[in-house]
Amino acid sequence: MQREIAHIVGTDFIRHVSDADVIDGVLPKFVVEPGTPSDVSRVLAIAHDRGWQVVPRGGGTKLGWGNSPRAADVVLSLCRLDRVQEHAPGDMTATVEAGCTIAALQETLAQRGQRLALDPLWPGRATVGGVLATADSGPLRWSFGPPRDLVLGVTVALADGTLARSGGKVVKNVAGYDLPKLLTGSFGTLGVITQATFRLHPLPAAVRHLTFTLDAASVGAFIAAMRECSLATAAVQIRAGTEMNALAYVRVEGLPEAIEAKAEQVMQRANAAGADVSAAHAPAEDWSARERLFEDLEPTSLVCKIGIPPAESQHLLSLLEREASQDVRWRLVFQAFGVGVLRLELREPERSVVDRLRSRLAEFGGSLVVLACPAGMKPDANVWGEPGDALELMRRIKQQFDPHSILNPGRFLGGI
Amino acid sequence: MSGSRHTRTLLLADIRTLLGEPSVLVRPEQLRTYECDGLTNFRVVPTAVVLPTNAEQVQEIVRLCHRDGVPFVSRGSGTGLSGGALPVEGGIVISLARLNRILEVDIPNERVVVEPGVINLHVTQKVAPYGYFYAPDPSSQSVCTIGGNVAENAGGAHCLKYGFTTTHVLGLEVVLSDGSLVTLGGKAPDTSGYDLCGVFVGSEGTLGIATKVTLRIVRRPEVVQTMVAAFHSTDAAGEAVSRIIAAGIVPAAAEMMDRLSLQAAEAAVHAGYPNCECLLLVELDGVAIEVEVLVAQVKEICSACGAFETRLARSDAERAAMWKGRKAAFAAMGRVSPNYIVQDGVIPRTALSAVLREIERMSRDTGLRVANVFHAGDGNLHPLVLYDRRIEGQEHRAEHLAAEILKLCVRTGGSLTGEHGIGVEKRDFMPEMFAEPDLATMQRVRIAFDPQSLSNPGKVFPRPRLCAERPGPYEPHPLETAGVAELF
Ligand SMILES: Cc1cc2nc3c(=O)[nH]c(=O)nc-3n(C[C@H](O)[C@H](O)[C@H](O)COP(=O)(O)OP(=O)(O)OC[C@H]3O[C@@H](n4cnc5c(N)ncnc54)[C@H](O)[C@@H]3O)c2cc1C
Repeated sequence: MQREIAHIVGTDFIRHVSDADVIDGVLPKFVVEPGTPSDVSRVLAIAHDRGWQVVPRGGGTKLGWGNSPRAADVVLSLCRLDRVQEHAPGDMTATVEAGCTIAALQETLAQRGQRLALDPLWPGRATVGGVLATADSGPLRWSFGPPRDLVLGVTVALADGTLARSGGKVVKNVAGYDLPKLLTGSFGTLGVITQATFRLHPLPAAVRHLTFTLDAASVGAFIAAMRECSLATAAVQIRAGTEMNALAYVRVEGLPEAIEAKAEQVMQRANAAGADVSAAHAPAEDWSARERLFEDLEPTSLVCKIGIPPAESQHLLSLLEREASQDVRWRLVFQAFGVGVLRLELREPERSVVDRLRSRLAEFGGSLVVLACPAGMKPDANVWGEPGDALELMRRIKQQFDPHSILNPGRFLGGI
Repeated sequence: MSGSRHTRTLLLADIRTLLGEPSVLVRPEQLRTYECDGLTNFRVVPTAVVLPTNAEQVQEIVRLCHRDGVPFVSRGSGTGLSGGALPVEGGIVISLARLNRILEVDIPNERVVVEPGVINLHVTQKVAPYGYFYAPDPSSQSVCTIGGNVAENAGGAHCLKYGFTTTHVLGLEVVLSDGSLVTLGGKAPDTSGYDLCGVFVGSEGTLGIATKVTLRIVRRPEVVQTMVAAFHSTDAAGEAVSRIIAAGIVPAAAEMMDRLSLQAAEAAVHAGYPNCECLLLVELDGVAIEVEVLVAQVKEICSACGAFETRLARSDAERAAMWKGRKAAFAAMGRVSPNYIVQDGVIPRTALSAVLREIERMSRDTGLRVANVFHAGDGNLHPLVLYDRRIEGQEHRAEHLAAEILKLCVRTGGSLTGEHGIGVEKRDFMPEMFAEPDLATMQRVRIAFDPQSLSNPGKVFPRPRLCAERPGPYEPHPLETAGVAELF
């Protein structure tokens, strides 16, 4: 089979796997690096015919998320599709290939004073395609929304090799179904994104970072206070945990004429909510706290993503306190705090802790997805949680897009 | 295609048992109201119109349709401008107007849960006392429903800054075409699975019927400032918009009107605009100190681009007057022309002058006037092609011109529609914008949701005209004649 593929992509761009290509314990057979979208689709068409299981890969930073693959024959790497194809500053849009890293894209956009207002994990390695496929977002989501609200169009190679465009290149467009939203967050199970168009935002004229420390008891009040002055904050990130004081980082953006006043407003609110503002202007070293929640993991740690209605953070904190009193150790990062998205690390958790948290969260509409966990725990942990009543419909979508189930088989909700 | 007359009689008998006799309309004079939506030149008389009052009834009706293979069309207020709610021959219309309860107002979580028949403006009215608003604000907001907004992914002047309907719909309950009920998304962000809520919004009633909608509401900004600037040409006004955006300013709204639409608006609502070739309306909102600086910047940019007058609204009344003329623009066209066609194409903003010049040329060539009203900030044009139906052949030429304008938009890299939807009106233009594999990929979604094509068939996707449609003259929507748009 390698020969056929080599014929399409060239012998230099097909190779055997190494340890670095293992996905959640599964070793694929080979790695292909097509150089054009149409080569991506030709490779897929062959895989589709032969029933080879394909794992699309960008920077590989989040390949461990989701269920372990049922099987994997081919890693389809998008690394060679890495160009920013078009930046139209006047229209505030950019079209970029899927394998371009977020950092490289931002660098290009910054030359014209613009940005993709998205700050996902590991921007230096994470690619546009991977960020869309996992719908990863960061603290800026509070002001600019998740990837689904920033993507205008995508080109996608479907499992059978169909290459289809959807959406458009303009910020406003309701012609046909909104397929970019279907693909965003689909974890590579419906098609391989080869290119995407985004709406952009201007880089802020001025930025201030503020850092506060909080005792555990005042986290809830602090969050409420920050929601009160939401117009003044571009992003807020809060770290808390059983073995640390809580730390909050606030990013203020605006006009040079207004930035000090905005920062002052945040300081006053924070102070009134019981935060220690004495070292507020210390350098904000820690926007990467989320990343560290994955990087300095103990082998026995489990990291999950939690979504809650935004005002329920106090509720969540009390749940966690209750767990702490049962000797469960945890750390968390409220990333897009006003939106209700956070990441939680549990140290040496029993599976029952995950189940218990999940059912409590469900009581107020929240959900929990396991992102990383100790080897061997995954099959047990029910990564995605309860699928809900739309699972059958999702299966039918998968069936339509990938009838032989060759794309990331088994990795998604309900074993899709 | 839709079962025999006999099955339809049985179906209606079953629906009568379910809803009661008065909620099933079959008499011709009752059906007339429902034979078209805001696109009045397409008409089809439905077999019946049914008026359920809750989601269970909707579910039961759809189950019965599914049993008998009878197509159905959901309908909100019927203000759609692309024929989305046009009945299908032999099918029934399911009106959602009676599902009009606001089910939950959750201020701390910034959510409102509504039934689909709730009127858009009622949501904002409900939450205004708490300092919130529902951001998507179509000009028809005092009459159109949230269900219709969801189906069309409705926009409005303030969507430039705040995003379209899809940005503000977090969860849906949907009755699928087999009568099953599914929950998509919810109050909390990032529920597991595909973003089917995002797919449903904008699907124009073809993927099922929304029976419950969870909306995000937005905190009112500290201050709002509205201004108008008068220019000698649309080019100059367009240049001003480009420079505003290039300066990194994101206005809450940026709207443009040309001389013809200004004349009409002035005649209709006496907005008191300056006499000019092109008017730019800009709204800025946010934190007080910041807005003050931005207003000064925008004024300066406008002057630099040749604005000979700028006016800042000094009171809510003045602000309302500025908006009134803009929001009444479609309705006002009746003052300057007996008939007109509204289009909704989108272009990259930087193509504005080129496209307007081309439209002007096309207008000269055909001898038909074109008025321009548009959401300048996001490149969404609403060219209004004016004509007189009584003059032999003019209507046909007007339709042709409107179509050519749409194709022009697509050629510049834009879209056939920014907010009104494809419906029946533009379905045959879809191949201008999408290649066959693109459309086939959308069909895969359709098939997954609705394998038998019972939910609003014949919309969105290109196909030959149905024989029961009586193509007829464009007529002003009753709401326009009644001047509803002037309420703003
Ligand atoms: C004067 C005037 C000004 C307008 N201005 C704007 C504007 O500024 N911006 C804008 O976006 N639009 C505008 N419109 C168009 C129209 O108001 C919108 O498209 C609106 O969203 C339609 O809502 P409706 O309740 O009238 O829906 P309808 O016209 O009844 O239906 C529209 C579509 O929605 C479907 N539908 C209705 N309810 C449901 C449901 N519960 N579930 C699934 N599908 C459903 C129908 O089948 C149909 O396809 C304007 C119209 C007029 C007449």
